[in-house]
Amino acid sequence: MTQLFKPELVCPAGTPASLRTAVEAGADAVYCGFQGPTNARNFPGLNFTRDEMITAVDWAHQRGAKVLSAINSFPTAGRTQIWKDAIDDAVSIGVDAAIIADIGMADYMHKSHPDHRMHLSVQAGASSPEAINFYCERFDIKRVVLPRILTVAEIKKVHDEIPCEIEAFVFGNIGMMAEGRCALTNYVTGLSTNMDGVCSPANFVNYEEDENLNLTTRLGEFAIDCISCNENAGYPTICKGRYNTVHKQEYYAFEEPISLNLTALLPDLMKAGVTALKIEGRQRSRAYVRSVVSEFRGAVDAYSEGKYPDISNLLALTEGQKETQGAFRSKTWR
Amino acid sequence: MTSDNFSSDNRSINGNGANNLSRFLPPLPVFILQPLLNHIVKTVARRHPELFARLGDSCKKRYLIDPYNLPIFLLLQPDPDHPQLRIYNRGRNVPYDVFISGTFKTLLRMIDGQTDSDALFFNRQLKVTGNSEAVVALRNALDNMDATLAQDVASCFGPLSKPVRLLIDRIIKPGKTTL
Repeated sequence: MTQLFKPELVCPAGTPASLRTAVEAGADAVYCGFQGPTNARNFPGLNFTRDEMITAVDWAHQRGAKVLSAINSFPTAGRTQIWKDAIDDAVSIGVDAAIIADIGMADYMHKSHPDHRMHLSVQAGASSPEAINFYCERFDIKRVVLPRILTVAEIKKVHDEIPCEIEAFVFGNIGMMAEGRCALTNYVTGLSTNMDGVCSPANFVNYEEDENLNLTTRLGEFAIDCISCNENAGYPTICKGRYNTVHKQEYYAFEEPISLNLTALLPDLMKAGVTALKIEGRQRSRAYVRSVVSEFRGAVDAYSEGKYPDISNLLALTEGQKETQGAFRSKTWR
Repeated sequence: MTSDNFSSDNRSINGNGANNLSRFLPPLPVFILQPLLNHIVKTVARRHPELFARLGDSCKKRYLIDPYNLPIFLLLQPDPDHPQLRIYNRGRNVPYDVFISGTFKTLLRMIDGQTDSDALFFNRQLKVTGNSEAVVALRNALDNMDATLAQDVASCFGPLSKPVRLLIDRIIKPGKTTL
């Protein structure tokens, strides 16, 4: 196997301790968000205060790692100042790039901080060269995080037609196919994944186990799944639920509880011109971050040196203990 | 979720093959352990004031921690003004907001940062019911500690901290143990 260009490994951090764990495990860059609705992982006890972000950026930079600030939710009318403040603070703190989803906030950042590096979030859902080129021309986007709907061959075609870098997800939770458009949580809870940063808000989630150890998962008043005692569980999200309908019983109407794992496709992604490989999971623990980042660090280094790494150790950390290559291998998925 | 009553009589053995020693052990003299638990919870609270900021309103919740293969369970109230960790023999009715259950080894591995709690939940080694917001807040608050909770607990034993740490390491070592 020939040597390959070594891409940047972009890793998740929900807390300052996770950020340090990610860097120590081999992350080239870490993405994280401020507390509050400006990022898409607005969960209790998670994310960074301004002071924590200052310390974390300083700590990471001393070790040669970048920090990317996820400001990747969408402000509603009358609330834009919260997002503008987050952008101003991220720039002032010295993050290496801000990851932006909302087109208005992209415009704000381009005008207010024209010299600061901006990445286009996966939440923006820009998957065609035309859409990506629009963002590049209007807002000087330096990198696009591609939605998880393209095959590797399509990523190569996109790469050849755009002026900016490409970041691709390689591991972790897979959301709805039209990313940044999911309204399922909003329908049930009144809170929005995309505008409040909360997919399945924890205060609406309820688990009940019966005497036979069957686990019923609910979001608000809706039962999402009933998992029998010998089955693995998944996240309490509507898109991963199993439903009874007039057409089918107990079937996954949207997606299965399953995780993306592209370790086997890493050489193809590297050949396709992907600049950065992204690991999902800011809501996960430090133990997850340490394991996944270490595995991918080893795999990327091995592939880039023309070697074949052992890539069999990540299944235990996947949702539902199942993994997929999703649309990256074939459009026939789901 | 409103409070509920907990009783070991209502619990059944999880079907994951763990040995349920609690069935065969007599009630423990838990009053002997209570002063030690008081010392542990106050020490952790003093060393990690940042825990309470991450917990937010969840610091007022009552977390029932159930190592279901032991004859005892714990009730944690991480109130910054009056943190409490109480130990009970099974059979006591104790109101709670959050119920966290697993083998002693699983729970110990979790608070020692050795394993991912989401993965434990996915494969059904960890059971969580009650106020999910409080569970998530506690998990994230503990996960932000540089030293793990298990390390802090071991350090509370003073001159015995090294043997206690070795004991913890022995219990959490991968492989079969009765705990």
